[in-house]
Amino acid sequence: MNALSHAQSGNAYNFGFLDEYAKKEVRRAILKAIAIPGYQVPYASREMPMGRGFGTGGLQLTLALIGPGDVLKVIDQGSDDSVNAVNLRRFIEMTCPGVSTTTKTAECSLIQSRHRIPERPLTSKQILVLQVPYPDPLVVVEPSENKRKTMHGEADYSRLLVKLYEDIVKFGEITISHRYPTRINGHYVIDPSPIPRWDVPKLNNSAALILFGAGREKKIYAVPPHTQAEPLAFSDVPFRVEDFRDAQGRRRACARCGCTDSFLDEFVTDSGGKTWQCSDSDWCEEQMLLARHRQRESRHEQDSRGS
Amino acid sequence: MSYVAIKGGGRAIAGAAAVTEYLRTVEGLDDPRAEPLKINAILHQLRHLVDRVVSEGGVYHPRFAALAVKQSQGDTLEAAFALRAWRSTRPRLCATPPLDTTRMRLIRRISSAFKDIPGGQMLGPTPDYTLRLLRLELMDESPDAFRAVARAWLDNCPEAQLPDSFPKVLDALRAEGLLPPVTGTRHSAAFDITREPLVFPVPRSAWLSTMARAETGSLLAIAYSNMRGYGDVHPTVAELRVGYLPVMLPHPITGEPTEVGEVLVTECEVVAMYEASDAGGKPMFTLGYGACFGHNEVKAISMAILDRALQKGMKDGPANPSEDPEFVLLHVDGVDSMGFASHYKMPHYVTFQSDLDRLRTTQQKSGERA
Repeated sequence: MNALSHAQSGNAYNFGFLDEYAKKEVRRAILKAIAIPGYQVPYASREMPMGRGFGTGGLQLTLALIGPGDVLKVIDQGSDDSVNAVNLRRFIEMTCPGVSTTTKTAECSLIQSRHRIPERPLTSKQILVLQVPYPDPLVVVEPSENKRKTMHGEADYSRLLVKLYEDIVKFGEITISHRYPTRINGHYVIDPSPIPRWDVPKLNNSAALILFGAGREKKIYAVPPHTQAEPLAFSDVPFRVEDFRDAQGRRRACARCGCTDSFLDEFVTDSGGKTWQCSDSDWCEEQMLLARHRQRESRHEQDSRGS
Repeated sequence: MSYVAIKGGGRAIAGAAAVTEYLRTVEGLDDPRAEPLKINAILHQLRHLVDRVVSEGGVYHPRFAALAVKQSQGDTLEAAFALRAWRSTRPRLCATPPLDTTRMRLIRRISSAFKDIPGGQMLGPTPDYTLRLLRLELMDESPDAFRAVARAWLDNCPEAQLPDSFPKVLDALRAEGLLPPVTGTRHSAAFDITREPLVFPVPRSAWLSTMARAETGSLLAIAYSNMRGYGDVHPTVAELRVGYLPVMLPHPITGEPTEVGEVLVTECEVVAMYEASDAGGKPMFTLGYGACFGHNEVKAISMAILDRALQKGMKDGPANPSEDPEFVLLHVDGVDSMGFASHYKMPHYVTFQSDLDRLRTTQQKSGERA
């Protein structure tokens, strides 16, 4: 089929947009990444029809993995309906006929996500693909990729640990918020993508395969299932996740579903006050349903007791 | 209570596309004779736009480049990006042997090294020596006059006996022993940046091809830093040529190299001050090479200067950003850099929430300590 008829017929692209050689290459890189947990495998990232930085690395992983039987979920900032998630999902639906999509974490086989790991624990039947802007945690202490490669090979993270130590001296706290450096399987330290600290413990001993794709930086890496993932910390300064307690020390709840153990987004309301909501929209929906269900049951119980 | 802020993404995207299309066609509101831009008009009247997009898009398809210019409403970064994305859907079927640029059908060739060069200087189409005064007569150009210009030019053109090919200025320098001979890497396969990632250190062919499809402005900025003082190339343009280069491929049956078409390219060779060879041999000029699709002279010159700077960096260690292959090659790609700059417009609620947590915690700590 020539170029022009491709352009005119619109939907005549190959299944998964990329040509088959490109998909094979990505799959080979994935296998290598799984074999060496946390190692950044270089690959010849292709240009995708959306901007570098919008998830082209994650998208190439998804397109290389997806088959007609898959059920896909795409989230951005925890939400299925954020513009970028909608855009990516539409593109995959357009170029992968036969693939079904869902917003339910429980129902999908493949998840592409930016900045969040779903609150609901993933299963061994699922693969999580995370979009990565900066694949190398050492970039904060060493600009040269060539030198960083040697440091990774030698597991030389001393300069990174010094940076964390200097933070404690200067601020009394490690100031890294998201993208928290995490050691995988006792050797390579990864940048777990800009997930909040809240999500870092979910990497440890995960039942699901977690893949990381950096399109612009042309790297793929993995945290295979049931692999150790420990955030860098000191014995006397343990790793801490985001604190959602109010001034009185009470854990804030989601203003919508009432959940008190999820990552919350903070909003300024029209009246100038503040409110908090679950960042994971599917989780929030699920908690609402559960709450409604519980309400109905307790009413039912009361009714049956009353009768 | 509804979910805040991030519902309705799909409708928002459709709305944004519709209003963009409205702006492309808004001329039709007031002007009943408004016409859409013809691809041919873009190809010819905006030829430098097309050349830039062909070059930065990294695929020689001028008609699709013109289409990309049209649909991106003149944004070269977006247009090159669309062409590049289309390229991702094409398999690589074969590679051409190295092409011989002495066989170029030239439209322009100059040398600033010598007053007279074998074959002669040929100014060709260039704005270099025109005054940049606004030609107000083009504000309302009559179509009839427009159509007559090219015809008149052809009619008045003397039938010059131009040779098929011109010798390279560099060959003369080389014959005199002022430039080192071409080394034997000529037939080794070039590094394919579309199929292999850059893992540093990279061979010269990798940096040349990276720069050949680099964003013009990015390349110029880094090359300019070298010219101004953050570097010491001090180049002389030995030869700059623009023309149509025959593309050869092995014949499917006989295997004989056969011309399959031609591509418009710009090629620039700069020579820079001599250096003594390490082995104590004669000092020689050094060479910087630049070439790209389309008529893009500033790009080819910038590339040639950076090629020379990178060679120096590889030999002596980078003393300036322009001599550092990682610095130059990882920051000149338009698709990469514009994509990443644009991505900051996307929501960053989660990471910002995480930042707030860190800031509040450290503020609290500093309050405690005071």
